[in-house]
Amino acid sequence: MSGRTTARFTGSDRYVATGELMLAVNAAVTLGRPLLVKGEPGTGKTQLAQEVARALGAPLYEWHIKSTGKAQQGLYEYDAVSRLRDSQLGDARVADIANYIVPGMLWRAFESERQAVLLIDEIDKADIEFPNDLLRELDRMEFWVYETRQLIKARHRPIVFITSNNEKELPDAFLRRCFFHYIRFPDAETMERIVEVHYPGLKKALLSEALAAFYRVREVPGLRKKPSTSELLDWIKLLLAEDVPPEALRADDPKAAIPPLYGALLKNEQDVHLFEQLVFLDRRAGRPG
Amino acid sequence: MLIRFFQMLRAAGVPVSITEFLTLLEALKTGTGTHAAPECVPVPVSPVEKFYYLARATLVKDERHYDRFDRVFAAHFKGAELAFEALLAAEVPADWLRDALRLQLSDEEKAKIEALGGWDALMETLRRRLAEQKARHQGGSKWIGTGGTSPFGAHGYHPEGVRMGQDGGGSRRAVKVWDRREFANLDDSVELGTRNVKLALRRLRRFARQGAAEQLDLDATIDGTARKAGLLDIRMVPERHNAVKVLLFLDIGGSMEDHVRICEELFSAARSEFKHLEYFYFHNFVYESVWKDNRRRHRERTPLTEVLRTYGHDYKLIVVGDATMSPYEIVQPGGSIEHWNEEPGAVWMKRLLASYPRHAWLNPEPRERWDYTPSIRITRELFEERMFPLTLEGLDRAMRSLQ
Repeated sequence: MSGRTTARFTGSDRYVATGELMLAVNAAVTLGRPLLVKGEPGTGKTQLAQEVARALGAPLYEWHIKSTGKAQQGLYEYDAVSRLRDSQLGDARVADIANYIVPGMLWRAFESERQAVLLIDEIDKADIEFPNDLLRELDRMEFWVYETRQLIKARHRPIVFITSNNEKELPDAFLRRCFFHYIRFPDAETMERIVEVHYPGLKKALLSEALAAFYRVREVPGLRKKPSTSELLDWIKLLLAEDVPPEALRADDPKAAIPPLYGALLKNEQDVHLFEQLVFLDRRAGRPG
Repeated sequence: MLIRFFQMLRAAGVPVSITEFLTLLEALKTGTGTHAAPECVPVPVSPVEKFYYLARATLVKDERHYDRFDRVFAAHFKGAELAFEALLAAEVPADWLRDALRLQLSDEEKAKIEALGGWDALMETLRRRLAEQKARHQGGSKWIGTGGTSPFGAHGYHPEGVRMGQDGGGSRRAVKVWDRREFANLDDSVELGTRNVKLALRRLRRFARQGAAEQLDLDATIDGTARKAGLLDIRMVPERHNAVKVLLFLDIGGSMEDHVRICEELFSAARSEFKHLEYFYFHNFVYESVWKDNRRRHRERTPLTEVLRTYGHDYKLIVVGDATMSPYEIVQPGGSIEHWNEEPGAVWMKRLLASYPRHAWLNPEPRERWDYTPSIRITRELFEERMFPLTLEGLDRAMRSLQ
């Protein structure tokens, strides 16, 4: 297994990383520990791994976890059913069990010629025992294949990113081995930089009006799903496509109290309804007399 | 110095382990925190801030603990920034860290003393500085002492409104990152409110839904294999969902209104996850009858015996109430403040509990006050200590005790 990498992640032309995030990423990379990333949905947790891989020029292995996912699937799977079928059909491959061992994402990341980036996406979706089953694998970067009696060791210690949406508590033993970063919802300034990265040369006026409108919507109390960065980017794309003038987004314009194309920001019927009601009340209160 | 910081974190209820502490020292040793190329960092980050972020990433593994970490950090490093800048910039301290690490590995206790002794001078200035700050930090040190279990803990000394603008060009901003307390909302020992109701909901969902693992459908497999003339045909079925039935009793009236509203919202939002959810209201304590509609409470009441008859033993009973009243209302016949009850409330409650062996009481009153209120003591005895504060953490524990 090779030594630790010296490459540094400093954000990229498609991804804005705050100073604290970069520090966490680099610390995890330098010390060769997995980085656990949490944060509101739509703040770019999954994208982080993709961008780090791109920035470091490393191959990326994405392992998306489902509720039925098992830790074993990331290592390898023994396809007993095919083997049984082959045996009944008299296939010659049956004799070698290795033909029926299907390597998982972790195995493939271990086998990579260069240091790889491994993304374990939404680890909290899986069963509660899932992280515990990966302790040794992530710690020592090796595992044992019982069927072929073979020890798989990582050639280069992969850079591991793990994302979680907090649906389940992760076990302490697992957390101890990780670095942790919580991606905060970006403030207005960072948001401006993010938009700039995605839509360079956006008219200043439109951008500031759009951001103001966006944060106004986020401030509405009681929203079930607050719009996040990815929704803002979608919305701006729509605004550009429809060529909406910046004035139409201004708060003091009574017609614009509901921002145009708000469907991109609010994803929930109740939220839209609530928002419309609030705007209506607001307008009535604003009327003199 | 860092060992004391480590101990303070533990005392404050941040679950830090020695492994994590050693990782932090290792990170400092390899210079992750100190030499991050500053020209690439768009937001100016001072050495102290780097140390802050590095320590947070290594030691804290849950955003709920960010706020506690911030407070300990503020209390411990108050006024120490200058010392820190020197420490992280200079070459010599790196040696010290290495030494400290070596000592750490050999004998923890010894290392502690040695390290403290070696840093006498610095510790002295630190202590003096900390002492100077005492006056302003009374709340802080008290908080550390009590271990952060108070549900009021998060209402801190630092008003939230002081967040500084983005003009922080220099390394020493007026308000430090850890002083902004941006993560106060994420602390789980705070009372349930509209802000963290979402998180609470997730806990409830977790309680209601357990795993979706697949299992072998033996009958279908045998059948399928036989149909294919012996060719194996494996059939899987999703494991049956564990659907939970909940009986919710809510204390309504007076000080309870707000809490009850939150609880109602909470449970009805989680409703789709439960197989059945029924709620009933009562005032102060449970007697012969409860009601479903608070506006028509005097006309339409449901006798408790009917509740006991209708809903089976597999229902889980959750009572939400402050349990704060005169003890007579629980133990005496005729103790109710609203009507003449033939049998004391305790008797009715015992019937309810016997009928629903899985039960828990959620109490919005702060935990510290429980011991001083006789009626809470009596209720807790009735519930065999299964009373939990109405905080995220309490909700969590309550759900666990119900499983």
